[in-house]
Amino acid sequence: MLRNSPQGYGWVSILLHWSIAFALFGLFGLGVWMVELGLYDSWYHKAPALHISLGVVTVIFMLFRYGWRWTNPVPAPVPQPNLLKLAAATVHQLFYFLVLALGISGYMISTAEDDPLLVFNRVAIPAIHFNLNNQADLAGEIHFWLAWSLIIFAGIHAIAALKHHFMNHDATLIRMLTTRPQKEINHE
Amino acid sequence: MNKSYLKILTLIAALLLFSTTSHAAEHYQIDTKGMHASINFKIKHLGYSWLKGRFEKFSGDFSYDAKQPSNSQVSVTIDTASVNSNHAERDKHLRSDEFLDVKKYPTAAFKSQSVTAKADGSLIIKGDFSLHGVKKTIEIHATKVGEGKDPWGGYRAGFSGTTRLKLADYGITYNLGPASTHVDLALEIEGIRQ
Repeated sequence: MLRNSPQGYGWVSILLHWSIAFALFGLFGLGVWMVELGLYDSWYHKAPALHISLGVVTVIFMLFRYGWRWTNPVPAPVPQPNLLKLAAATVHQLFYFLVLALGISGYMISTAEDDPLLVFNRVAIPAIHFNLNNQADLAGEIHFWLAWSLIIFAGIHAIAALKHHFMNHDATLIRMLTTRPQKEINHE
Repeated sequence: MNKSYLKILTLIAALLLFSTTSHAAEHYQIDTKGMHASINFKIKHLGYSWLKGRFEKFSGDFSYDAKQPSNSQVSVTIDTASVNSNHAERDKHLRSDEFLDVKKYPTAAFKSQSVTAKADGSLIIKGDFSLHGVKKTIEIHATKVGEGKDPWGGYRAGFSGTTRLKLADYGITYNLGPASTHVDLALEIEGIRQ
């Protein structure tokens, strides 16, 4: 029950989904908070360092998740109109893109001067020399808009999951919480 | 007309010409193309050290009258987005709306109103400085470094100037600590006579 099957998600996918979702919300909150900190705040340096470290870990999890998805069956979509199936699939693809793009843009802020990226003050990820004009500013702006897009789509994604659960009474939400075959999941 | 009369006439003409040119203020373009000029700033970090930076892009011109310094004037326009403190993430912060807000205020400018020479030969340049959407009258204390022909057929004059700004006067109120409320500007200007 670690792997996915056409009948439902396995534990690896479920844990990846929730841990990454949790991390992304945390990163968003941390990011919004840290840029408002004043120079005399004790978190002024610590918060960005933590944001970077957690961000790197999240991207690593996400890369593993891409691989896991490619090498596992994808559970059959829940019955719904084709347009909604397409919308759901598109948003999933968008999440994959947004997380990767957030990772890349964040990396480009901190490595704008060719300094390595420090992960939990231990591992240094070397900088790639892009040599863009005002790279930190440009990457920062992109990072900001990507993050807001991600959070807005995550909100829509959550509302859609709740709508499936409470209005359509289908397996959408439950199959992301248990590995029971989705056909057995029925509730009123 | 005898020869000596002609000589005297020429001499008078030459003297007249010389005196008029020497009394008129000469116009100079700041050599930003060859970058023999810089606009530098320094501000205390926490009160423990000086943080230095500069603006990479600016332009300006001045006129200078060595005999009558009060005829001189200077104007400089600074591209605020070109701020460089040798740290990309800090520069990003300096360009943001917490400091220079370069999207809203892409230029800072100085235009002199009066120039007075002090007894020691140094100059006090009074003028309007606009920064962050605020215009204020400031004084720049300047000294001439030197002037003369350059090796390529031109003529140059160079000045150093300093002034001190209170950031809050310009609506920049981010708390940098009690020791860092003011920023010192240092201008090194070389002009090519036009």
